[in-house]
Formats: sequence, C-alpha cells, structure tokens
Amino acid sequence: MLAYLIRRLFNAVLTLLVVTAVTFGIFFLVPKATGSDPALLYIGKTSDAASVEGIRVKMGLNDPIVVQYGKFLKGLVVGRDYANGPDVNHCPAPCLGYSFKTDQEVTPLLLGDLPVTLSLALGAAVLWLIMGISTGVISALRRGTVLDRAVMGGALAGVSLPIYFTGLLASAIFVYWLGWLPQGQYVPFTENPGEWFIQLLLPWITLAFLFAATYARLTRANMLETLGEDYVRTARAKGLRERTVIGKHALRSGLTPIVTIFGLDLGALLGGAVLTETVFNLRGLGYQALTAIRGNDLPIILGVTLIAAFFIVFANLVVDLVYGFIDPRVRLA
Amino acid sequence: MSIGATNPRPYLEVKDLTVRFETDDGIVQAVSDSAFSVEAGKTLGIVGESGSGKSVTSLAVLGLHRTRSNAKVSGEIWLDNQELVTASDEQVRLLRGGKMAMIFQDPLSAMHPYFTVGSQIVEAYRVHHPGVNKKVARERAIDMLARVGIPQPERRFNDYAHQFSGGMRQRAMIAMALVNDPKLLIADEPTTALDVTVQAQILDLIRDLQDEFGSAVIMITHDLGVVAELADDVLVMYGGKVIEKGPALEVFQNPQHPYTWGLLGSMPRLDRDVRERLNPVKGSPPSLINLPSGCAFHPRCPYAGRNGNRSFNEVPVLHGDVHKVACHLPQEARTEIFQQEVLPNL
Repeated sequence: MLAYLIRRLFNAVLTLLVVTAVTFGIFFLVPKATGSDPALLYIGKTSDAASVEGIRVKMGLNDPIVVQYGKFLKGLVVGRDYANGPDVNHCPAPCLGYSFKTDQEVTPLLLGDLPVTLSLALGAAVLWLIMGISTGVISALRRGTVLDRAVMGGALAGVSLPIYFTGLLASAIFVYWLGWLPQGQYVPFTENPGEWFIQLLLPWITLAFLFAATYARLTRANMLETLGEDYVRTARAKGLRERTVIGKHALRSGLTPIVTIFGLDLGALLGGAVLTETVFNLRGLGYQALTAIRGNDLPIILGVTLIAAFFIVFANLVVDLVYGFIDPRVRLA
Repeated sequence: MSIGATNPRPYLEVKDLTVRFETDDGIVQAVSDSAFSVEAGKTLGIVGESGSGKSVTSLAVLGLHRTRSNAKVSGEIWLDNQELVTASDEQVRLLRGGKMAMIFQDPLSAMHPYFTVGSQIVEAYRVHHPGVNKKVARERAIDMLARVGIPQPERRFNDYAHQFSGGMRQRAMIAMALVNDPKLLIADEPTTALDVTVQAQILDLIRDLQDEFGSAVIMITHDLGVVAELADDVLVMYGGKVIEKGPALEVFQNPQHPYTWGLLGSMPRLDRDVRERLNPVKGSPPSLINLPSGCAFHPRCPYAGRNGNRSFNEVPVLHGDVHKVACHLPQEARTEIFQQEVLPNL
C-alpha cells in the first residue's frame, strides 16, 4: 500500500512537471510568435532601451529557455530573487512571477482568488450530489413512469443548456423578477457566513443544475444496472427489507462510478469555473484567468493553469486512493 | 388452515402456478399451470432446458417476482400450511431466507463484491433474528462456514467473495442460505459454474446438510446426472409447463414423454464409444410469447404425426397416477416406441 502510494505520488509530481514544462514553453513561445517582447510587456512600450535591458537582466529574459525554466522551477520550490545589481526583488516560494499588468506577485494574487472558487465549487458540489443522486435513484426505481420521464427530461435540459443561458435566466427570475436573492457580490465566509451563503446561492444552483443533470443520468443508469445484478436478487432472497436492498446493496455499487466522475469534476472546477464566475461576477480563479487572457498577462495565465493542473492531478490521486477503499477488488489488484 | 386436517399438506405444495411477464413484445407465458409438492426431507429435481420455466418457478416460490411490476403470479403456493401468493409482501419477506432459502447458480455474481462474505452471512442471520447482537451473529456465521467445510472460517469470515475459489464460494453461499435453518432449500443449478471435481463435493454437501436438517430440497438443473443422484422425485418442464413428473427411479427407467427421451439421449455417457454422436433434441426451445398450438413440443417431436391432428390442436393434459405425463400418444404406443426405437439408442 505504501509502495503504491509512493509510486502514485511520484507519478503525480511527474505529471505536474510535464504540465509546467509545456505551459512554460508556451509562455516562452507566445511572445516570440506574436512578436511582442516580455520585457516591454512588463514596463511599457514607452520606456528607454536601458531600462528595457535592465528588466531583461532582472527577469532573466536573456538566458536560454532551459535556464529560464530551471529558475522558474527553483522559484516554485524554494522561491527566487529577481536581481539587477543592487535592485533586488525577493519572490517567496511558490513563486509564479509578477503580473505584466499590475506588477503584483502572482502567487498571493491567485491565493486571494482561491476562496471564491473554492466556495463556489464546494457548495455547488454538495448541491449537485444531493440533487443528482437522489433524482437518479428515484428515476431508476420509478423507471418508465411519468416521474422518470419528467426527471430525465429535466436532466436533458440541464446537460444541454449552457451556464450563460441558465445563469442569466436564473438571475432574471430570482433576482430581478421575484427579488428573492441579491445581485451577486461575494462576501468572504470568515466575514459573514450568512451573507456568504445567500450571495452564493444562485451561482451554486446554476452550476449544480448543470452537473446534477449529468449525475442524475449516470446514477439512474448505474442503479438500473445494479438492480439487475445477481447479488441484489440474493439480498432479496435473504429476506432483507426493500429499503436495505436498495439503500445498501444496490446503492453501494451504483454509486461507485460516481466517485470517479465526482473527483475529476470537482478537481476541474477548482481550477476555476470560468463561465459561472463570469456570469455571476465572482472574482475567482476563472474570472482572473479570463481577464489575464484578454490582457495577454502571461504570468497569471501560467499560474492559473498550474493551479488547475495541480487540482486535477491531485483529484485523480485522491479518487484512485478512495477507490481502493470502496472497491476491495481494486485494493488487492 | 383447517384444524384437524386428516391429510396434512406436504411442506411445500404448489398448485396451478402461472407466471406471466408483460413486455413490449407481448405477454411472456413463463410458467403455466404448474403443480408439484415436496415433503420435508425429500428432494425434488426440476429439469428442462433454458427457458423451460424452472428458474421462474423457483423465484415465484420465493416471491421474488413481487418487485417486478410487470410480473403476474397466480395459483397457490403453500409453504408449511401458509398460502404465499395472496400473502402480503412483508409476510413473504419474513419467510424468505428464513423458512425458505435459495442457492444461486454463479456464486461470484450472487455475492456482493463490496461486502465481506462473513458480513453477508451475518446480515442474513440478523434480519431473521433481530434481537441477536453482532458478536453472536458473527459466531453463528463462523459456525456455518465451518459446517460447510471452509477451512480457517474465522480468517475467511473477513474475506471478499473474489478471494474465494469457486467451490469455496458456493460453500459460503450455502452457509448463507442455511444460516437460518430453512426447511425448504431451493438450489438453482448450484454446480453449473463449478469444476467437475468440485461439483460432486457440493452435491455431497447439500445431501449431508439435508440429512442433518431434514429440509425439503428443490434441485433445479439441466444435468440429469445430478437429478439421478439426488432426487426422490423429478419434474420435467417444457415451454413453461410440467410435461412429466414422478418418482425419480420410475422416470429414469421408464420415461414417458418424447422430450424426456430426448433429454436422456443428449446425455454423454462413459460406457459409450466416444466417436458416437449424441442425440440432442432437435430444434430450439419454443418462444414463450408465442407458444406453438396444441402440444408445445409438437414442432420438435418426431412422433407428433402418429396421432392424427391432436398434437397440433389440443393441449395435452397431465395424466397418470404417480408417474404423470402430458402426451397425446396412447400409453401402449409410447411404451412400444420407447422399447423399440429409443432405448436401443440410449
């Protein structure tokens, strides 16, 4: 088990390394391709040649790409100093450099956005798990009835409608028409939990609707398959109550595949829910990424990409480990 | 239940059992008017090919069709003087796994992959002994595992089904079925998924346990060898109907139905030249949605024409005293055909 864990961790680190190499490569190539100079992006086009050269030296832009990448990795692990003679800026680990636009350190900037994205993703995840699984199970048990068809129809709509449609529609109804919910303004949990909850409710519901739809369909399909399994028949043959047969024997296997999907979905969302954050004006990682892309702010793009990659790789790792616990056949293999 | 009945019912008595499934393609007539009974301590073998209704019959006895909304079960099922078809779901549930238990064909798929074998046995015990605490139930389960011949039962208690070998898995399945001392045990092809050497062990085990507990056993199989070895009585099913039944010895020595002859002819035998071909029953099992008219076996029966048009138009009735058969051929004709045309080729 320990050897397995170490191997998996090693693989995860390796994957992240590859991701940094690729993104850093793009980071290096994009200015070349567009004919822009990173040094000019830092200090503005009006600067004189001497100060541009100064920035080049300070940022290490004159070094070969491999050296630059090495310094970048070093910055990630132990931090790095940007120095041009006596002019020294220390960037503590994990250092992601400075924004082209605002000169702010990228790491604290992104860490500041993380709680917004975390709140959005985790809250929505709780909602979509409850909604998706319960409707999926009910649909499977009432297969072929009007209820089943209605739920699956709703799920189809949920899967097909994009966030910027459902989000705006939900805003129009609940905020502007009914006036039940405030027009989104993120409030940190630590500041006012109640307000945090109310402000995030609409984004949660919108995002959860999209995912719940997928989960409902998946749960329904899994449950239908599991209900036909021999061991469910055995459970009934033992004289177990129908509640136990469904709630314990069938659900236990029916939900196992959901764990995988859930881990990956959540991991991906933690890297930023671009559409939802934009529609509801939440200043999270996704919103930050969008702004950075619009402004060609490469260090921030690189940072967000790395954080997203980290969450996905980490989620994968967790899913695999959790899977070992919930499926004894995997544990031994 | 009448008080002072002079002629007590057998432990299990099934009358006019009919099971239908409504599907998109039409009504599947899985079992029609089948009747049989099993006394305590006796074994009934039900034989027939796939789709003949033998498994559906046993699932109906356990009331396992109740959760299927498209299934319609009618007739009477008397278990220990209690009628089950009209009983409530809850009444039948309490009997299931208690007074009547079932062993399934493929023990790997019949056991839950995510729960330990021991916990599944404990669960079966506790649902029928609600007052019993976990420790006692655990001891009982380990006891049962030991009883069915699983070595180191205390250790194996915590293993999962996939960690057992095929034979051990079926033993564990039997332990689970017998944990509540059922008086009726239904074994649905219990040895089909097993190695030949293990098959004999499992059959011996079932017989030993039956002797020990005095249970009534229904052995469902397509293996006539198993029936010959274990059964007191035999029921031959075809197209959802009982077409021959009687004491096992009688049915084997003096089979009456052409389909039974076919089954006997398709059995490989060691005392025959291996180069000789088997005589399988020609054709394929009938569609249960659209049963052939008259005798359901007539399209495959080599003797169907020998009796005018009756086989094509009229459904044969099960007749006879102890050994019953549903065939239009007169008794004498059957005896003659069997002696002269069938027996020499068996």
